[in-house]
Amino acid sequence: MIDESAISAARAACGLIIMRLSASQLTVERGGRTVFSNLSFELDAGGSLTVVGPNGAGKSTLLRALAGLLPLAGGTISRTPLSGGTLAEQAHYIGHVDALKGLLTVAENLVFLAAMLDAGHGGMPVETALAELGLSHAANLPVIYLSAGQKRRAALAKLLVVKRPVWLLDEPSTALDAASQARIAEIMAAHLAQGGMIVAATHAKLGLPGQELRLGAFA
Amino acid sequence: MKNVEDAPESPALGSSLYALFVREMRTGRRIGGGTSLGVVFFLILVTLSAFAVGPDLALLGKIAPAILWISGLLATLLGLDRLFQADHEDGSLDLLLTSGTPLELIVLVKCLAHWILTGLPLAAAAPFFGLMLDLPTNQIWSVTLSLVAGTPALTLIGAIGAALTVSLRRGGLLFAVLILPLCVPVLIFGVAAAGAGADSMVPFATPFLILCALTLIAIAGAPFAAAFALRQTST
Repeated sequence: MIDESAISAARAACGLIIMRLSASQLTVERGGRTVFSNLSFELDAGGSLTVVGPNGAGKSTLLRALAGLLPLAGGTISRTPLSGGTLAEQAHYIGHVDALKGLLTVAENLVFLAAMLDAGHGGMPVETALAELGLSHAANLPVIYLSAGQKRRAALAKLLVVKRPVWLLDEPSTALDAASQARIAEIMAAHLAQGGMIVAATHAKLGLPGQELRLGAFA
Repeated sequence: MKNVEDAPESPALGSSLYALFVREMRTGRRIGGGTSLGVVFFLILVTLSAFAVGPDLALLGKIAPAILWISGLLATLLGLDRLFQADHEDGSLDLLLTSGTPLELIVLVKCLAHWILTGLPLAAAAPFFGLMLDLPTNQIWSVTLSLVAGTPALTLIGAIGAALTVSLRRGGLLFAVLILPLCVPVLIFGVAAAGAGADSMVPFATPFLILCALTLIAIAGAPFAAAFALRQTST
């Protein structure tokens, strides 16, 4: 199980909790085409937003825009309190690709991520995070030798290694087996229980309790 | 641990850049021989030039600095187009962009690792390949020194091209077309410094100091240009 007391202590130490995240009238264009327009939502601490919709509806685009990886053609994203750097620096973005270096071992990848993303905000040791996701046996294997589901779990381990209040997850359960999906659901529930936020784009059932945003219905 | 958390941003910045450097060195070394492959490519270019010029030792010795520099230039740029592309493809560029570490410093650290794995071994191999080309002995050190001073500039200028072509699958040729013309000043003063010996008109210091200045300008300017290009092309 997750050592919740240690996590909340680390969170309290750095005060990294976003109380409210609100997006209003978001419009994103890619290649001259409007992917979505006038999209608004609000999330409170502990809230989650499940983004659903058909292929090409703009689910991934929304997540990338929230992560600051795509420019907004219109609208604003605001949050309270406005401290601790940009939203991108307070958010974990997990995209389609796993952002792991194939030639490095799982542990080396996560140690790098911890040092690169973590500005001293605390988080689990790499071994603990890998044990949480059932990857301890693969810690010293180069990532190229892992299966798709194991790679996905290694990518998700960064959520535990580096503490950030907002999780932007693009199809987090891709290639995961039933047991791992249940494990991820537990980890996400624990994150919400500690006052984190999750925005997840998915076709599968993630079991997130919060709001649902359906894209593509009006596009 | 407590001290690290209490301290301002700088120690965390240092540790994240160090972690990036370690990662770059590890991945660079684990890709198919890494360092040795660049040197072997350098050797092949030098050997091909020697075959093309023919058995005229006097001529070969005279043009040896130019051969070594052109070969060094091509060997440095080999694989440089992948500097950011690999990160772009596996998604870790998104991660670097959202890390909070200044992108300019990330570019600089990646260039440093690339230079240590590519430019430095080339400079170290140059004296031996110079002997193959009958390079006058008094020029061996000037060739080596000019490569040590000049190859960082090549890596940094190449980083701008690598950033511009980051999202192109087959960007290698475009990369070379963009970057090779920009390398002309470095090549001119590099060869001039390398060829400066007892019988040349200019002393070694004159072109060498200009070469050092070019490298310093590249260190100061190229990370900003590359980071700007990365922000534009990756979004």
